Amino acid sequence: MSKTSLRTSPAEGGLGDEPLLAVEDLHVEFVTRAGIVRAVNGVSYSLNPGETLAVLGESGSGKSVTAQAIMGILDMPPARIPKGEIRFRGTDLLKLSDEARTQVRGQRISMIFQDALSALNPVFTVGWQISEMFRVHRGMNKRDAMAKAVELMDRVRIPAAKQRVNDYPHQFSGGMRQRIMIAMSIALDPEVLIADEPTTALDVTVQAQIMELLAELQRESNMGLILITHDLGVVADVADKIAVMYAGRIVENAPVYDIYRAPAHPYTKGLLESIPRVDQKGQELYAIKGLPPNLLDMPTGCAFHPRCPYRQDNCVTDAPPLYGISGARNSACHYWREVLDGDPR
Amino acid sequence: MSDTPQAGPAGPDTQTLTPETAPVAPPSRGRRRKKEGKPASLWTDAWHDLRRRPMFIFSLVLIAILLIMSFWPSLFTSINPLDARTCDLSTARQGPSAGHLFGRDNLGCDVYARTIYGAGNSILIGVSTTIITAVVGGLLGLIAGTRGGLTDTVSSRVTEVFFAIPQILGALLITATFRDKGLGIWIVVIALSVLAWPMTFRIMRAAVITARSQDFVIAARALGASQSRIMFGHLLPNAIAPVIVVSTINLGGFIAAEAALSFLGVGVQSPDISWGLMIADARSRFLEAPLPLVFPAVFLSITVLAFIMMGDAVRDALDPKLR
Repeated sequence: MSKTSLRTSPAEGGLGDEPLLAVEDLHVEFVTRAGIVRAVNGVSYSLNPGETLAVLGESGSGKSVTAQAIMGILDMPPARIPKGEIRFRGTDLLKLSDEARTQVRGQRISMIFQDALSALNPVFTVGWQISEMFRVHRGMNKRDAMAKAVELMDRVRIPAAKQRVNDYPHQFSGGMRQRIMIAMSIALDPEVLIADEPTTALDVTVQAQIMELLAELQRESNMGLILITHDLGVVADVADKIAVMYAGRIVENAPVYDIYRAPAHPYTKGLLESIPRVDQKGQELYAIKGLPPNLLDMPTGCAFHPRCPYRQDNCVTDAPPLYGISGARNSACHYWREVLDGDPR
Repeated sequence: MSDTPQAGPAGPDTQTLTPETAPVAPPSRGRRRKKEGKPASLWTDAWHDLRRRPMFIFSLVLIAILLIMSFWPSLFTSINPLDARTCDLSTARQGPSAGHLFGRDNLGCDVYARTIYGAGNSILIGVSTTIITAVVGGLLGLIAGTRGGLTDTVSSRVTEVFFAIPQILGALLITATFRDKGLGIWIVVIALSVLAWPMTFRIMRAAVITARSQDFVIAARALGASQSRIMFGHLLPNAIAPVIVVSTINLGGFIAAEAALSFLGVGVQSPDISWGLMIADARSRFLEAPLPLVFPAVFLSITVLAFIMMGDAVRDALDPKLR
């Protein structure tokens, strides 16, 4: 039942107020020997067709775990989702059966990974791997599927696709491998594409090409793109809105322009100030002091308070809610006004 | 940013792409591809490597001869040793002669013909046991490695129980218990398989666990592959190489084990012919007539050696770290 409703709804296109994908108060924890690690603590974000959401944060901030929860590829156990909803076109994915979930994966919501070499199966040719998507999910025969694979490789701009279709992943350069990964993930025309640090393993010129390719594919197919990254430079160009994560929570949530103009959370501000700039050549680069919190032993109150230059006494005791600033903007800081206004230091 | 026409994104993009691919593309499509018409995968690379190994070629030739010998023994000898009329008690333990190159055994049968016909049972038992252990152990190892958790724990403990049984003693027990059930030589296959599958199980399980945690398995899941597709389409092809290597090496071991069991009197039974049985029969009169023992023993050694050499060569070819 849920499967059929999921299948038919996109054809109608009538979404109403419901976004394409909505994560609602998501909690993910891992049961480990040392205790329960709360990797994601009440994350909410939404994505509309054709929109790019950048999820920003340090390693361990929960951005990848959120993505894996959306994909349903967390190993459970040790992971568990005690609370929250992931609504895709109004259907809560967490309530679907395994079988219905598999139908969504790859076909409706797809994902690309950081390191394309390890994300591609080393024992099969890339053509085989791309065409597998069509053979398994679309029931195509080998020849048609292979032809589609070549077509896709052309679409992601792999030169001489026809000759290279029978090559193995290790015979491609990093950028080309990521293109193949992208080809596989868009093979079935997904409505949402999650890119988990797609350019981290690549050098800068190739990064730009991959981002451009993603932006272009998105324009062509109007899919929603969730871009997980810790690279603010990558984000500025392509994202429509940004969610900044810290210690498993969203600390700031805003259209991309607003964040770059004036961050409303001290953590975002710290991130932006730690980007090297040419006009500061020779000066010491700003770094956020301290370390990200241990998820087993979270600070009381605001998780960022031990590192925060704006800290007041109540930050240690009261966890800040996501304050609405304006329209689509939120900040989880008691003193967002001060942060917006300027520098306390 | 997205509205501005990118001055033909294809133009600058493809241009900058060419240098990126340049260092990788030519070697992959160059010499080797032209020669073999196929790209370099693990298997084509391994084959390429194997063809240059004298040890592999040598063992391959030996195994080919042994296989022909076991399927068409009459190509090698005109005497059918299974026919009792070819034996002549009055010529027992006669030395080599024109028609009987290896001489005659205790019952006056031709040693050469019996040795040739003995290859069949040895190879049959060795190959069957290898296939059974590879399939059973491999499949269970694949399931245990993929599933993990309780399935893995239970099956791993079960294999440990089997590992605790001494091979020959266990096989002796099984064959001695079921020897009257009319299973013929298959009782040897069953006994050896029951005791040997845990080894393949362990190797497959370990290889699957290594493969399972790799990104491409997670990626396959994220792209909608089902559990069975991941198991057979992604894990198995990545984990099968060590199983093939160990199975090839084991094959020689199984042939030796069959000979040992037959020698002990619980393996292949007369009138079936087996090298182990021939060695056992010739043992009592070894000092008077050594040849009826020496010839099957030499054939046995060469056969076991051929398979172990083949296994070694395959292992070297499949393990890039040893190159």
